[in-house]
Amino acid sequence: MLTDLTIAQAKAGLEAKQFSALELTEAHLHGIDTLNPRLNAFLTVTAEAAREQAKAADAAIGRGDIRALTGIPLAIKDLFCTQGVRTTAASRILDSFVPPYESTVTANLLADGAVFVGKTNLDEFAMGSSNMTSAFGPVENPWKRRQDQNAILVPGGSSGGSAAAVAARLAMGATGTDTGGSIRQPASFCGLVGVKPSYGRCSRWGVVAFASSLDHPGPFARTVEDSAILLGSMASHDPKDSTSADRPVPDYRAACRRGVAGLRIGIPREYRVDGMSAEIEALWQQGIDWLRAAGAEIVDVSLPHTKYGLATYYIVAPAEASSNLARYDGVRYGLRRDGAELSDMYGNTRAAGFGTEVQRRILIGTYVLSAGYYDAYYLRAQKVRALILRDFTEAFAQVDALLTPTAPSAAFAQGEKMDDPVQMYLNDLFTVGANLAGVPASSVPAGLDSNGLPLGLQIVGRPFDEETVFAVSAEIERAAGFSALPAIRAGV
Amino acid sequence: MAYAIEGATGAWEVVVGLEVHAQVISQSKLFSGSSAAFGAEPNTQVSFVDAGFPGMLPVINRECVAQAVRTGLGLNAVIHNVSRFDRKNYFYADMPQGYQISQYQHPIVGTGVVEVELSDGSVKEIGVTRLHLEQDAGKSLHDRHATKTFIDLNRSGVALMEIVSEPDIRSPEEAGAYLRKLRSILRYLGTCDGNMEEGSMRADVNVSVRKAGEPYRTRCEVKNVNSVRFVMQAIEAEAARQVEVWESGGSVKQETRLFDPNRLETRPMRSKEDAHDYRYFPEPDLLPLVLEDDWVAALKASLPELPDAKKARFRAEYGLTAYDAAVLVAEKATAEFFETVAKGRDAKIAANWVTGDFFAALNKTGATIDNPPISATDLGALLDLIADSTINGRIAKDVFEAMVETGKSPATIVAEKGLRQVTDTGAIDAAVDAIIAANPDKVAEYRSGKDKLFGFFVGQTMKAMAGKGNPALINETLKKRLA
Amino acid sequence: MALDPTTIRRIATLARIQVDDDRLEPLSQELNGILGWIAQLNEVDVDGVEPLTGGAQMAMKMRDDAVTDGGYPDKILANAPDRNGAFFAVPKVVE
Repeated sequence: MLTDLTIAQAKAGLEAKQFSALELTEAHLHGIDTLNPRLNAFLTVTAEAAREQAKAADAAIGRGDIRALTGIPLAIKDLFCTQGVRTTAASRILDSFVPPYESTVTANLLADGAVFVGKTNLDEFAMGSSNMTSAFGPVENPWKRRQDQNAILVPGGSSGGSAAAVAARLAMGATGTDTGGSIRQPASFCGLVGVKPSYGRCSRWGVVAFASSLDHPGPFARTVEDSAILLGSMASHDPKDSTSADRPVPDYRAACRRGVAGLRIGIPREYRVDGMSAEIEALWQQGIDWLRAAGAEIVDVSLPHTKYGLATYYIVAPAEASSNLARYDGVRYGLRRDGAELSDMYGNTRAAGFGTEVQRRILIGTYVLSAGYYDAYYLRAQKVRALILRDFTEAFAQVDALLTPTAPSAAFAQGEKMDDPVQMYLNDLFTVGANLAGVPASSVPAGLDSNGLPLGLQIVGRPFDEETVFAVSAEIERAAGFSALPAIRAGV
Repeated sequence: MAYAIEGATGAWEVVVGLEVHAQVISQSKLFSGSSAAFGAEPNTQVSFVDAGFPGMLPVINRECVAQAVRTGLGLNAVIHNVSRFDRKNYFYADMPQGYQISQYQHPIVGTGVVEVELSDGSVKEIGVTRLHLEQDAGKSLHDRHATKTFIDLNRSGVALMEIVSEPDIRSPEEAGAYLRKLRSILRYLGTCDGNMEEGSMRADVNVSVRKAGEPYRTRCEVKNVNSVRFVMQAIEAEAARQVEVWESGGSVKQETRLFDPNRLETRPMRSKEDAHDYRYFPEPDLLPLVLEDDWVAALKASLPELPDAKKARFRAEYGLTAYDAAVLVAEKATAEFFETVAKGRDAKIAANWVTGDFFAALNKTGATIDNPPISATDLGALLDLIADSTINGRIAKDVFEAMVETGKSPATIVAEKGLRQVTDTGAIDAAVDAIIAANPDKVAEYRSGKDKLFGFFVGQTMKAMAGKGNPALINETLKKRLA
Repeated sequence: MALDPTTIRRIATLARIQVDDDRLEPLSQELNGILGWIAQLNEVDVDGVEPLTGGAQMAMKMRDDAVTDGGYPDKILANAPDRNGAFFAVPKVVE
């Protein structure tokens, strides 16, 4: 099955002319035709454009111009602006917005020869951990509980559509964005590798902003090596993004083969939270044993402010979001709901255009920045954020990387955890720290829970040391030998 | 006598602070690469960044930062090597992002001082609290349609310097002097063209009133006043209004107001009623702005001579009066004009010609110093013709008029019109003899002691010589012949 | 620091989101739940800690002053919900 190939395998096959880029793309488009009506992973399928790109890739291969991703079908989270292709952020408020520009990350992928099969579903403006807040309906996780085949599980969020698409073999890889765990948690839920690189590694230019200081574009793939290939292409120094890092992009693919012998791996004791499921705890211990067996030294470390990460995140992210989303006002693009006066037009437009969770976060963000509350909430959160960064800095003085679980549970069913926003927020418990500190982190599928659902382990590295994250991730992948497949996938 | 408003309950002191928004002279905008030029077709100088499109990010313009630093140095102010940008959040149709990128807590420039000269000859120091960089909004046009407001985003994102004064201003006159001085400094520096009509400099005026010795009372902010005269009038109107409110037993409410120059009154600004919670927070799309010492030092070394220094030099070097020096340095171009005229010549005579006949010619022709009706070189040449006795002072006035009218050089005009001064003693003798012969009775009166008649003989002789006679020779000859 | 319906109304006005009266009470409960949970930050000793603004620890690059963008009004206006000629149009504003 062409759709079962990894990116690395597909590159080899294309280069050896075992199949054409068009055949590879058609196989994925066929999968989308068959499964997307059920999964709702794609909001927009760009079949015609994909075929054109595939033909161009075949022509390029024919003349020996083979780049990092020539002919590889990818899915793009619908938070990346794509020139001439509707971009929604899964929100009504963007309506039929068609960007006249291409985000830097997707432009980098296109320049490397990638084929885009479509734009994937997500939580509205990336605000969510289940893909349930999308204005265009939820995404179904292609995985099924062994005992309860009828339950429809969430793919996680916010990059749920990207994760579902790659898991179901509708694309070989995908872009995501990770603000508090939005790549790593869905990767864990869908049995994928997800990488959130260092802050500044991938340009945010052309990515619809949620929380500027926390948003990180990054890749999804089915193997660590594939995710390394994708990140190598997505990453660049971008003069159009003032927070973009002017550093060379290393050979991530080579880093996957480094091994972990001699590395010091930290196990943060504060991640062993009360009420952690025995399965998660066992998986974590398994990961520790694997790395030790491969020659790594395991070190107990402390990140004392871990427990405050979520609360910090849920001040900083809504505060920035309340401001970032002020531009959706019905004046220059997107939805407009008229009103007698300008302020009525604003109020009506934004009430009709934003969903419940987005409105909730805008209101919280507005409140924590408002006069009289700024110091108590926002300023305090920034100080705690500094302490969280200090925790990581001190830990990385002792160790080369950290190993933790990715999420507190496996994928849950649609409708679960929906009553209390705080319950939903707890999904990001282990992942927000890396966003607040800007350090690179991955999630690697490491095992299955008792229901047969995938569980991921998280690897966190020093700032701009994605290479060590890839090295450790590849070792976990090798040791785990994860081979389970989702129930719903192309070609089945 | 200090300025005061006489109310029913006695004299009220006026307390004024100015927030001046000065548009930075630069090619492109503060955070985007679109043009900052004035007057283009609507929405043609707009990038996706300026229009607040999704995913667009700001990148700062080095020249705008340099201009702010130059201005800070020109205001004798502290330059902050680390500053930061914040978002000021509010909704307005011509502000596409829903926030203005500004500097709130950590401005690029700190405290400074501006010296202003007042009409009584005194000099007053007005404190500058801070200067910060921020982006301008677009333009709302309310009068093009019955039910709609039109939005043009050409201005959106253009760099502004907000220069905030201390509440040190105590009269409309001081406010006017401060604004004119500030404008002069900005123009010298080349950091803002100071053109209030085109909106490249505008002021928010904070006004309160109080009785002598009291702490400050509540102030009102009169927004967007766009000429020096209007600022002075707005202070007068707003202070009078506040005195009336206090004296009628009410209290002044802190609010934002607009000045109506036709009615000479202020009124509350409706659109600002609920906009007082700006929710400032650090702009997460930008990093701290860090200035290298060497870079600031290089900017400082390249600053031009500023009005105060130039004025001092004009007094010392050219022996000008304080008044003449102040008049000549107010505009950089005027000072340069004067210095060209004065170079190698009698500076006081040069100053008299520039501030006298030349300024009058500017007024009369409606021309500006940047595009004067006669060049400084030609005016200098005219002074040379006087100095070397080619023409006399009276003829020089006529030559000057002809220069303004025709644009020709003074030498050409003198040659064409035959205005060269007559120094031939034979011709002067003949003219004097003819006048004496024609006026025997006047000669008798003079000789009997009526000295005042001497002027009559000079005038008659000069008239007979068509104004071209050398005045000194005529005097000498007359004295000899009438003795 | 409880969020009562009056405060919700004020915040919603600042955020320009029209909220129906019957939504104020439930919103107030939801937001108070979140704020109550966030209040755990008050346990942290932050004395003398410099606030951390963002994920990037570097000084800002500056770009050269050159006109490199703009000049495409059609693209700027292409997505406009309402326009009049080369202008965006909104309900009339009284200043």
